[in-house]
Amino acid sequence: MIKKGNAIKYGDNVDTDVIIPARYLNSSDPEFLASHCMEDLDSTFASRKKDGDIMVGGFNFGCGSSREHAPVSIKASGISVVIAKSFARIFYRNAINIGLAIVECPEAVDGISDGDVVSADLSAGVITNETTGKTYHAEPFPEFIQNIISAGGLAEAVKKGIIK
Amino acid sequence: MGMTLSQKILAAHCGADCLEAGQLVLCNLDRIHGNDVTSPVAVKEFAKMGTENVFDKDKVTMVMDHFVPNKDIKAATQCKLCRDFCIEHGLEGFYDVGRMGIEHALLPESGLVVSGDLAIGADSHTCTYGALGAFSTGVGSTDMAFGMATGKAWFKVPSAIKFVLKGKLPENVSGKDVILHIIGKIGVDGALYRSMEFVGDGVRNLSMSDRFTICNMAIEAGAKNGIFEVDEKTIEYEKEHAKRELKIYHADPDAQYDEVIEIDLSSLKPTVAFPHLPENTHTIDEVGDIKIDQVVIGSCTNGLYDDIKTAWEIIKGHKVAPYVRVIIIPATHKVYLRCMEEGFIKDFIEAGCIVSTPTCGPCLGGYMGVLAKGERCVSTTNRNFVGRMGDVESEVYLANPAVAAASALTGRITDPKEVLR
Repeated sequence: MIKKGNAIKYGDNVDTDVIIPARYLNSSDPEFLASHCMEDLDSTFASRKKDGDIMVGGFNFGCGSSREHAPVSIKASGISVVIAKSFARIFYRNAINIGLAIVECPEAVDGISDGDVVSADLSAGVITNETTGKTYHAEPFPEFIQNIISAGGLAEAVKKGIIK
Repeated sequence: MGMTLSQKILAAHCGADCLEAGQLVLCNLDRIHGNDVTSPVAVKEFAKMGTENVFDKDKVTMVMDHFVPNKDIKAATQCKLCRDFCIEHGLEGFYDVGRMGIEHALLPESGLVVSGDLAIGADSHTCTYGALGAFSTGVGSTDMAFGMATGKAWFKVPSAIKFVLKGKLPENVSGKDVILHIIGKIGVDGALYRSMEFVGDGVRNLSMSDRFTICNMAIEAGAKNGIFEVDEKTIEYEKEHAKRELKIYHADPDAQYDEVIEIDLSSLKPTVAFPHLPENTHTIDEVGDIKIDQVVIGSCTNGLYDDIKTAWEIIKGHKVAPYVRVIIIPATHKVYLRCMEEGFIKDFIEAGCIVSTPTCGPCLGGYMGVLAKGERCVSTTNRNFVGRMGDVESEVYLANPAVAAASALTGRITDPKEVLR
């Protein structure tokens, strides 16, 4: 599973209130949520993101509320993978449960600038910054979590009988 | 190897004799919970899982508290979706207008979560119930759906930080200051993925309200859960509230902790978290002159009876400062009724405050107190992120109820001892 796209980079502590502000939580429609994704932090996000782009963040990405609307809005925006130095724990499990690819790799984040072309081989845990030619290695997920991701999320994993 | 208190509870809920940090386990849950924002997504995910029935009708709760009484048509539609689901599945644990309260105050008060439980909730502040000696943690809507379908959740067994509390809190200092002090010290990701376990002689000097506030904000340090061991105060609280038998767990004497941090409660001062992170803390003596436009006293963090009483003791017989709006929100109907019976509400209204039905409303900029560009609010809530309470250029200062009440009278962030003189 190799993802490739342009990096859209943010800093530390990107919280769920800026990923999708609470004023839009009266809806759970992914397309509606995507249209407001990141708007309080980066008003250019909705217009500049392209399908397959890779979001890059610092430490504690997705901190704050448990709103699954946050990873849903990122996924519905066409982002193929989020690479961060660390993830807040509820965001981490929500991303896995809804099938949004995430990778924890501090070195890669330091080596990626906004706009770089980045590819990520998720099963091997290899991230390549194609603009600079540098390669980084991330810890692969444990098998239990890989099974949820490869099923396409927790609901699919239950339906397919992978998890009971 | 010995287990922490959190690990003990997880082990008991997955049938393991011993667990180590980092293990992945599937545990049986005592409570699966959601609100009007997260439950509609869970209901949709539940349908995708292909399970017909909820695993146990008595273990699922939905509390409509974020945008109710419905703030708009979309909010009404979300609540209807939850209500219809609960009617269809015969779930009695549906708490709507007239019966609801702010979820994390309501569940312990109603005895729906008790000591020793393993509880998940699709709301990040579900960690509040650690005050009862329960393992409780916030999850997303898909986890809630999985919990409703199977009665289980997956967990990565957390390691822990031990906080050894000593001494007694000074006047005008409460649980809010303890947790803000800790977050200021370790940062908003200082306990990431880990448990925060609170022990020590000082614990016995903390009220249950203080403990709820401390555990409530464990998530603001990135923690998976915050937890206190059960003591006489917990048992006394549970005698009044619990509807099931308590289970009391203790950490093993040889439990391993990542860190041990000692805190002398008597050295703490009222603490204020400046925008835009809960870790930007300043003690009240170093705050300076900060003018405010609004005060919010309430929320799952500080909306209990003790919190409202603290505010009342400062506000009664005075007038709110000119051009300042003061919004007081008792967290549950029971708290509201007691405040009414004891005359607090009359005094608040005469002082120029408003007293609202329970709602999360202003805390997350939903409604009932949204801020305009350039406005500042002192709030007893838990988050001060960019745009949290309204415009991206508004500001939220987090404080305890005494500081918030004192600030309501002066129109600037104020040390309570200044107005209590």
